[in-house]
Amino acid sequence: METVTITVKNAPALYLEADNISPDAFAGKTAAQIAELSVHEGNTTSTLGKYFDVSGNAGATAADTKIVVRGDVKKVKYLGFKMSAGELVIEGSADLYVGAWMTGGKILAKGDVAAFAATAMKGGELIIEGNAGNYLGAAYRGDWRGMSGGKILVKGNAGSDVGMFMTGGEMVINGNVDVHLCTHAEGGKVTVKGNATSKVGGQMVDGQIIIFGSIDTMMPGFKPAGEVELEIDGIKATFSHFIGDMGERHKKKKGVVIYANLYKKISSP
Amino acid sequence: MSEYIIKNGHVFDPVQGIKGDKKDIAIKDGKIVDKVGSGAKVIDAKDKTVMAGAVEIHAHIAGPKVNLGRIYRPEDKLFSCTATHGMERMGSGASIPTTFKTGYEYAKMGYTTAMEAAMPPLFSRHTHEEIRDTPIIDEGAFPVFGNNWFVLEYLKNHEIENAAAYIAWLLRVTKGYAIKVVNPGGTEAWAWGLNCLSVNDPVPYFDITPAEIVRGLIEANEYLGLPHSMHIHPNNLGNPGCYETTLDTMKLAEGFKAKNKFGREQVLHLTHTQFHSYKGTNWGDFESGAKEVTDYVNKAKNITIDTGNVTLDETTTMTADGPFEHHLTGLNHLKWANVDVELETAAGVVPYIYSPNISVCAIQWAIGLEIPLMMKDPMRCFITTDHPNAGPFTRYPRVFKWLMSEKARETQINAFKHKDKVLSQTSIGSLDREISLYELAQMTRAGPAKSLGLTALCGGLKPGMEADVAVYNFNPDKPVANPDDIEKAFSRCAAVFKSGVQVVSNGEIVSNGNKRTLWVDVKVKENAQVARDISEKFVKYYSMTQNNYEALGHNFVPNPYALEVDATQV
Repeated sequence: METVTITVKNAPALYLEADNISPDAFAGKTAAQIAELSVHEGNTTSTLGKYFDVSGNAGATAADTKIVVRGDVKKVKYLGFKMSAGELVIEGSADLYVGAWMTGGKILAKGDVAAFAATAMKGGELIIEGNAGNYLGAAYRGDWRGMSGGKILVKGNAGSDVGMFMTGGEMVINGNVDVHLCTHAEGGKVTVKGNATSKVGGQMVDGQIIIFGSIDTMMPGFKPAGEVELEIDGIKATFSHFIGDMGERHKKKKGVVIYANLYKKISSP
Repeated sequence: MSEYIIKNGHVFDPVQGIKGDKKDIAIKDGKIVDKVGSGAKVIDAKDKTVMAGAVEIHAHIAGPKVNLGRIYRPEDKLFSCTATHGMERMGSGASIPTTFKTGYEYAKMGYTTAMEAAMPPLFSRHTHEEIRDTPIIDEGAFPVFGNNWFVLEYLKNHEIENAAAYIAWLLRVTKGYAIKVVNPGGTEAWAWGLNCLSVNDPVPYFDITPAEIVRGLIEANEYLGLPHSMHIHPNNLGNPGCYETTLDTMKLAEGFKAKNKFGREQVLHLTHTQFHSYKGTNWGDFESGAKEVTDYVNKAKNITIDTGNVTLDETTTMTADGPFEHHLTGLNHLKWANVDVELETAAGVVPYIYSPNISVCAIQWAIGLEIPLMMKDPMRCFITTDHPNAGPFTRYPRVFKWLMSEKARETQINAFKHKDKVLSQTSIGSLDREISLYELAQMTRAGPAKSLGLTALCGGLKPGMEADVAVYNFNPDKPVANPDDIEKAFSRCAAVFKSGVQVVSNGEIVSNGNKRTLWVDVKVKENAQVARDISEKFVKYYSMTQNNYEALGHNFVPNPYALEVDATQV
């Protein structure tokens, strides 16, 4: 695997839309060619090389290409946009749409990422060592197709509307999440090791949510369904099981009505 | 104005019966002429196909429900934006493009005239503002009449003269083009939580049947002698077994003869026929009724149809058939929007994905192609996708490919997940007809122009007609190596002229032309009762005053072209 390192040399005055910073766009290009790829600052289109020093050539394919992003990219959007393979390491914090529409490969964000990370993600892996913003793994505005595959790990906290319209894939959040977790979800699995704020699973019709901490207010559409023993990451614990959202249409599979499942850990005395 | 001569192209013009002969087309002062001077600009059309500009008879491209679709589907714009370049302003939207993109895309495919198929009269100002902002193509809009309170009240008592006077007034104030009927009576019934699924279901309160509405509007249309006929989306759209309602609707036209000075011969235009040609009793035994429907149309010379081809895309359905959209959202569980338009109509919008992996969608695709392949007279069957309902209009070149190449159809059939079901529920597999370029010109130019009463203006290349000309990179002398070449050639014209102005060159927009709004100005005898009824309805029921209703002036119709009709002597 070849590594391309891009380092911020001129911070953009406005926000930079850098949808070309992905192994797919870099593949088969030399450092000089990569520096010629387009980026947009406001309504001006210019080159990646204007803002970044580029060192190292990309591999022949996306899968053979690793990108390391250095410097302050808090005002850079779309890192890893639509990537299908390869690796992307973001050493600092990034702006909106990290790994949006990604279908494969691996992204490691060592800092925080802003909202809409992994929008409509189909596959691959996204690891966020800091915090994630709102709408992580959610659908695009107006769309009904959120994250459908792949894996997301957030070591810090995540914002609101995480997993909105999620239909598949897995998400683990080690910290807390804000309101509206998995609204409209029709599949997938989300584990929150910390606490969740209110409106968890509103209009959710399929999929799973596991909460280790507290939920400050339960949705009235979730119905208690007993207690279950679950083993998650080697930890065995008892969880209260809820099904819902009872106010919604539910599909049937082989004659059995499918509900979304919500598990909340029963705190040990 | 400049002179042009389009030299050595293979010309296909049903108006003059030209079937691919090498001919020069001369243009002067916006019209086709016999000859031009030696200073005329030469367009080399050697080894290319030359046709008149195409005419779109039915599409939803302007107005409040189109805009509702744009507003509530940001995801439709997401990856379909085009940046400003050259003459072109930015555009976006795949199934519901912005006004500018709509004009550019039609022009690039060689379309120069298009009809907005359903204008709610109350929102005619909005519709005309969008038409104004759609460059290049001439456009007209059909106000909807089939659920209008005035019409229901007049026709209940068979007051044809009053209905006609109201129609003439409404066409004038809304700058409308023709009488459009959508789910007659059914959309009004929807306001009562009901629907009309057959031509004999009574409309609540008004106590009139769809059959009476349809017959009454045909009579009123011929009484006035309008350029186009009554244009109908019948009851019971999109349900298994609906072909019977379609046949019942068409039978209502029996005995009527066209009366007009525009050369139109039909009294009923049946739109998006594909959606109305379903047999079976449920989605499991769903099958094609294309044969039954086309057998009838082939015999009924006073009817024209358009196809409504399913293009197998993700799209946005939108219709004034409010109850149908509610039914549809119950089937696909995607987002639904509904609008009620006071005394006049309603509309619904639902996104839809015609997936090649779903047998019903694949069968719909096949039915849409069976209809034109089974129609004997291409002058009475026109290609549409009921844009955006069965697919975006930008897919016309792909529909042409399927119609012109049996091989292309075979490739698509083999790609279906439920190929066997498509072959058992339709007869698409046994149809070996391939539409010729001449027939294509009939189905997309001469035919729709005649049906719309526009023969004097467009749809052909006869001297004296508007110089609307499309030149395609398609050599009819060479066998088609790959059917995809047909799609490619019809997607981007080598050159397009609109009223003598070159608007497209090598697939790029080079001028915004001189776009006109086509409308029908009918003079009728003074009718005090209708005038009184109108002012009374505005006072009692409408949420706006009569003075704010009319679409007129530069803001709404900056460049009108009125087709004059005199019905004062009837």
